[in-house]
Amino acid sequence: MGPTRPTREKIKELRVEGITKRFPGIVACDSVDLTIGENEILALVGENGAGKTTLMNILMGLYQPDVGKIFINGRPVQFKGPADAFAAGIGMVHQHFMLVPNMTVAENVALGLKESHTHLRLDLSGVKKRIAEISERYKLPVQPDAYVWQLSVGEQQRVELIKTLCFGARFLILDEPTSALTPQETDDLIVLLRRMASDMSIIFISHKLAEVTALSDKVAILRRGRVVFKGTTAGQTAAGLATLMTGHEVVLPRNEGVDGCGEERLVVQDLCVKSDRGFLALDGVGFSVRSGEILGLAGVSGNGQKELAEALAGLRRVEKGRVSLMGRDLTNRSPREIIDAGLGYIPEDRTNEGIVSSFSIKENLILKDFASPKFSHGIFIKSQEEARNAASLQERFDIRCSSLNSAAGSLSGGNIQKVILARELAREPKALIAVYPTRGLDMGAEEFIHTRLLELRAKGVAIFLISEELDELMNLCDRIAVIFKGKILDILAGREATRPALGLLMAGIRPEAADRAAEPGEKA
Amino acid sequence: MTALTIVLNILSIGIPFSVSLLLASLGEMFNQRAGIFNLGCEGIMSMGAFLGFMCAYSLQNTAMTPYANLMGVLVAGVAGTLLGLLFALVTVTFHAPQGIAGIGLQMLGTGAAGTLFRHFVGGVTGIPGLPNCPIPLLSKVPFIGPVLFNMNILAYLAFLFVPLSSYILFKTPWGLKVRAVGTSPRSADTMAISVQRTRYQALAVGGLFAGIAGAYLSLGQAKMFADDIVAGRGFIAVALVYFGGWDPYRILGGSLLFSIAQSLQLSIQVLGIKFPYEFAVMLPYVLVIVVLAFTRSAVVKGPAELGIPYDREKRI
Repeated sequence: MGPTRPTREKIKELRVEGITKRFPGIVACDSVDLTIGENEILALVGENGAGKTTLMNILMGLYQPDVGKIFINGRPVQFKGPADAFAAGIGMVHQHFMLVPNMTVAENVALGLKESHTHLRLDLSGVKKRIAEISERYKLPVQPDAYVWQLSVGEQQRVELIKTLCFGARFLILDEPTSALTPQETDDLIVLLRRMASDMSIIFISHKLAEVTALSDKVAILRRGRVVFKGTTAGQTAAGLATLMTGHEVVLPRNEGVDGCGEERLVVQDLCVKSDRGFLALDGVGFSVRSGEILGLAGVSGNGQKELAEALAGLRRVEKGRVSLMGRDLTNRSPREIIDAGLGYIPEDRTNEGIVSSFSIKENLILKDFASPKFSHGIFIKSQEEARNAASLQERFDIRCSSLNSAAGSLSGGNIQKVILARELAREPKALIAVYPTRGLDMGAEEFIHTRLLELRAKGVAIFLISEELDELMNLCDRIAVIFKGKILDILAGREATRPALGLLMAGIRPEAADRAAEPGEKA
Repeated sequence: MTALTIVLNILSIGIPFSVSLLLASLGEMFNQRAGIFNLGCEGIMSMGAFLGFMCAYSLQNTAMTPYANLMGVLVAGVAGTLLGLLFALVTVTFHAPQGIAGIGLQMLGTGAAGTLFRHFVGGVTGIPGLPNCPIPLLSKVPFIGPVLFNMNILAYLAFLFVPLSSYILFKTPWGLKVRAVGTSPRSADTMAISVQRTRYQALAVGGLFAGIAGAYLSLGQAKMFADDIVAGRGFIAVALVYFGGWDPYRILGGSLLFSIAQSLQLSIQVLGIKFPYEFAVMLPYVLVIVVLAFTRSAVVKGPAELGIPYDREKRI
């Protein structure tokens, strides 16, 4: 069968039947049947690794199914590559944006727009006209001459949407479109998709259930590659869907304990740190975390959180100020000294900084201790000890994998985070820094991590939690600090913190700014 | 001898020296823009140099004599293209590690060229080679005329390729595809650009340029062939691409800098300046290393997925 000829035919119904796809070691999709009708929004829900993305990549012709068929308006179709899917009118916005960062917006659109590939010259003005049309029609503002790497995540997503629409998509697949958006951007996107649904059908992949109930007409739940629920969204509750998704009831734990009144463990004074580009990312930050306390750090990402975490972990030079743990000065010490002093660290980029993805799970679990007498004879690693350690941590932390010898990078995000958590907690730290520990994870994993953090708090560990999820901070923290442009604007008691109060501070507005003689807009 | 004549002398030797480097690194730039670095450039240049020489040599005193040089360049270009495609087969289709495959190609090309030369020719033999074509009027301009406008046809073409390559890379659909598959092959794939086909094409172009660069050495510069005629220029070309931040104009700058430094060190020796010649010989290489060390990396502009094979069905 040749490539599908382009059609303008409306997609009244798209159906997949018995789709199965295996990857080495796992069945990503297991006889999946789904139907989506005209102008419908189907929410495809499932935990990380449930097979949602694989299924959608099959719909786009990026993967070939091992078994199963796709039907459009009742006729079987076969997609050998994305060109065939485009021709049939299907477009997808991938979770990891499919944009070339060192090209402009217009060039990115031109790449897939074959009619712009005229003669020996690229017809960029035609492409810009097309972008302007689409952007006008769907009210999606965009600058066609901006380079993609200069755009914020929200803007990049608009580019993705425009690109897909420019290719003539009449059936839209969005893979976790909100996972990297701020709450405001998420609300805007939901309004936009509602509006677009009058024109086309949409498959919306998410594991944020509030969005699912707000947006979709129908919902399908995948669990370990199988469809476990199909039905209309009306009448479903987020809690009910969560139960179906994880297979058990999910209740996110809350910090109910009395305020921790232990001794000060992690003390940061007047910290100044430079960013990669050389300007001051942190400008006189100070706080302390006590034993048995969770101090949260709220803020829109990019306000110095990354630099703060790295400075504390010894990965970035401190220009001025002091960091100490249990009274010991750790300013500008090596990571080794900081680790040995009892600081645990859950980094922001879990696949690149948290683990060595080509190493096995059991190797990753002793990454900070392989040279200690517990795991080595000096030259050789005690492999039995290593295996015993891995087996016991696997059980304690519920790490789901085919084998402890498989590469840690092959795990799902939630399981990678469990490996990191297991490694850090097994070392019994005095203080722990957790940077966006649940970002991009599903509810099951989130519940697990929250429970562990609260257990740790009860044991008297000082925890510093950097997050942009306000619910997470308000559920867990004893106190919440808010960072804006490298300065801590205020520290609120966890019980007093409300969404509006935190939101204002995150936007840089101090309620009694005048009283405190703030220097407005001094740094950019 | 005045200082001016020394400088003009250095330039009039250095500028033609840069041609083979320029051609080879422009070709390598297309390879790398598409995400493949071809360390075999040296080998392709050797084959190009040998075949260019061989054509010119065997067509001497035949009816084809007027076309001997043209045939030499064409054959070298075709052979270079084929070797580029061979490299594509190994690295793009079979996902071989590019560094190792490149070293293999370098050994194959250099070794085969030397062996074939000994089999068919044997000893050092000169050929007339490419004549200089002074450009009327311009070549008579005092000082710069003889330096810039008295080169052979291939040299003029090579300098024309600089703006042309820039146009191809930044203004044509093909250039767009090349840049996309080198930076973000998965994005390109989702937009129905064939990563494999584009990489094959880029490697063919890179091979073509490297082959012609080799032919320039034997036909235009040395007017003979020897085993070590390429003398590491293929590797320098690879370095110049990084040096030039994957931009044709900056690559031109790099090629000129290196060649003029080389010509300078020759002058130092010829003029009998009291300076240890060992250090003079090192000069161009040291210069490249120093400049490379102080160049701010063009990470944002360059091909991010350089050296990584693309496999659609690999999970991300």
